Amino acid sequence: MKFTGTETYVATEDLMVAVNAALALKRPLLIKGEPGTGKTVLAHEVAKALNKDLLEWHIKSTTKAQQGLYEYDAVSRLRDSQLGDKKVHDIRNYINKGKLWQAFTAEDSPILLIDEIDKADIEFPNDLLQELDRMEFNVYETGETIKAHNRPLVIITSNNEKDLPDAFLRRCFFHYIKFPDKDTMGDIVNVHYPDIQNMLVREALNLFYDVRDVPGLKKKPSTSELLDWLKLLMVEDMPLEILRSKDKNKLIPPLHGALLKNEQDVHMLERLAFMNRRESR
Amino acid sequence: MFVNFFMTLREHGVPVSLREYLTLMEGMKQGLANHSLNDFYFLSRATLVKNESNLDKFDQVFGHCFKGLEAPEGEDLLTDIPEDWLKKLAEKFLTPEEMAEIDGMGDWDKLMETLKQRLEEQKERHQGGNKWIGTAGTSPFGAYGYNPEGIRIGQKEGRHGRAVKVWDKREFRNLDDSVELGTRNIKVALKRLRNFARQGAAEELDLEDTIRSTAKQGYLDIKMVPERHNAIKVLIFFDVGGSMDPYIKICEELFSAARSEFKNMEYFYFHNCLYESVWKDNGRRQQNRINTYDILHKYPQDYKVIFVGDATMSPYEVAYPGGSVEHWNEESGEMWMRRLLDVYQNAIWLNPSQEKYWPHTHSISMIRELMDDRMYSLTLGGIDEAMKELSRKK
Repeated sequence: MKFTGTETYVATEDLMVAVNAALALKRPLLIKGEPGTGKTVLAHEVAKALNKDLLEWHIKSTTKAQQGLYEYDAVSRLRDSQLGDKKVHDIRNYINKGKLWQAFTAEDSPILLIDEIDKADIEFPNDLLQELDRMEFNVYETGETIKAHNRPLVIITSNNEKDLPDAFLRRCFFHYIKFPDKDTMGDIVNVHYPDIQNMLVREALNLFYDVRDVPGLKKKPSTSELLDWLKLLMVEDMPLEILRSKDKNKLIPPLHGALLKNEQDVHMLERLAFMNRRESR
Repeated sequence: MFVNFFMTLREHGVPVSLREYLTLMEGMKQGLANHSLNDFYFLSRATLVKNESNLDKFDQVFGHCFKGLEAPEGEDLLTDIPEDWLKKLAEKFLTPEEMAEIDGMGDWDKLMETLKQRLEEQKERHQGGNKWIGTAGTSPFGAYGYNPEGIRIGQKEGRHGRAVKVWDKREFRNLDDSVELGTRNIKVALKRLRNFARQGAAEELDLEDTIRSTAKQGYLDIKMVPERHNAIKVLIFFDVGGSMDPYIKICEELFSAARSEFKNMEYFYFHNCLYESVWKDNGRRQQNRINTYDILHKYPQDYKVIFVGDATMSPYEVAYPGGSVEHWNEESGEMWMRRLLDVYQNAIWLNPSQEKYWPHTHSISMIRELMDDRMYSLTLGGIDEAMKELSRKK
């Protein structure tokens, strides 16, 4: 069982090695990288390629580690007790399984995505150390132990907003998705829009990398933004000449709204383009 | 079998542990890297490196340890020469007289020009010979300091066309170094300094207590608690003017990050060293001064104190009464620093100048001694360390 990329996802060689290593040794795989380089999509694609179920656990700033294991719904038990419901005598009726529980007890070992782990509190990864390492945990309310028979592949993504503790890192494989070079980017575009004109892609990519190279941008456009932009260009049926004519009428790339998400960045690009035009005169 | 590689990694500051090494062995045993050196590189990188800032170091060590293991591929890549490397080279290839001459003219471009020429010449002389140019050796001036061994850069080699391998491309070069600071990153670093407490109006449902109370009373009894928030209290002293001017941007970033992270934060300005008064408004620093004693009396000792300054001044400004450059101070800066540190146990000094230059400035050593060595560089790593120190209970 090996992951070699899919029809809709271009995986670089090092990414494949990392995924396969995590698969073979049943360790969690930690993925970092610029926003929009396909960290979350990776889990979807691995699940698709290996034909497994995907369980997604999206982390927010308020998420607690315990929520991934299970939650004891005390409030509804309290309510039932007031109403005199029979259910109330068995505590198991009020334990809601979390994503980890579901992943551990699934028949065919699924893929568990823990998305944006850095959003949670700094202690969050520490609370999951044992659970992810040994793939088992205790349910205090009932005294049972939940243990994974088939260890699921755990894919964890992080945007680097918080450091992860060393003890946690030691238990993971790590891969940093670096920004694709022009060739890989060409492949990625082809995978997403197979019937796009080659000329358009080339011009667009040139422009795209030019924009990325502008120093001091607050948020550099990334792969997902490029794909959106290309889609827009296709929908609008943008003539090639407009992309090519660099500093005649249009100062900045057409439909730049898809690429730049920050008005300061747009202003800066306009200013730079304006200065360029003045120089070329 | 890769113990040497493992040890070299540790030596160069890549934090690898035995556990990761064993994982790598396990992976090797399962045949995950049987096909090529490339696969081994990817596998070992995924197992041993856990932070993108260490990728560059890893690449270098890998290149060093497994040099010459793979057959040449005929790929021809020219790695560009980083500027700091050129600077370091300047020390190696230019005579002191030449340096002085160029320095005298103040023409950096010209220096670079000369250097490039030198490099060209050097390439020709070494044709067919050494591929790498190391930058060991220390500077005659001490300005660029000690060059860590093993930092090498790729150089196009004339006829033999030896391959530059993946790790030799050093694509992760600019991910190394923690110098790049954005407010977002600083905020994250400052987050280490958190101390949650429940104070103020009760606004949240306290589930535990509600259940306990309901069970006890026999009817639904709602209990509320105040919201949890960061109760840390901070005093920040910024050095302004003079030698601090080059660091204005970084200080601004630190300031805005600190402001949004700490709800209870007070800031003051000083110049070079702390004396009997500080100020809050740089435009009216002469009129609206605040007595340092007032600060000591006003803010209780559970406040944490952060100094931000390059601590670069004449030693007299620290040690002697009347040493200040701006006014006549009755008591020495040292005295005032000690007074403040006596009240606030938790204090650190953040220094924006580069750590390697610290030993060269006498006043920095003095301040450092005053602070009991709690001086940290104003980089992400430094702030991290500093926050760890500050959050220690005293």
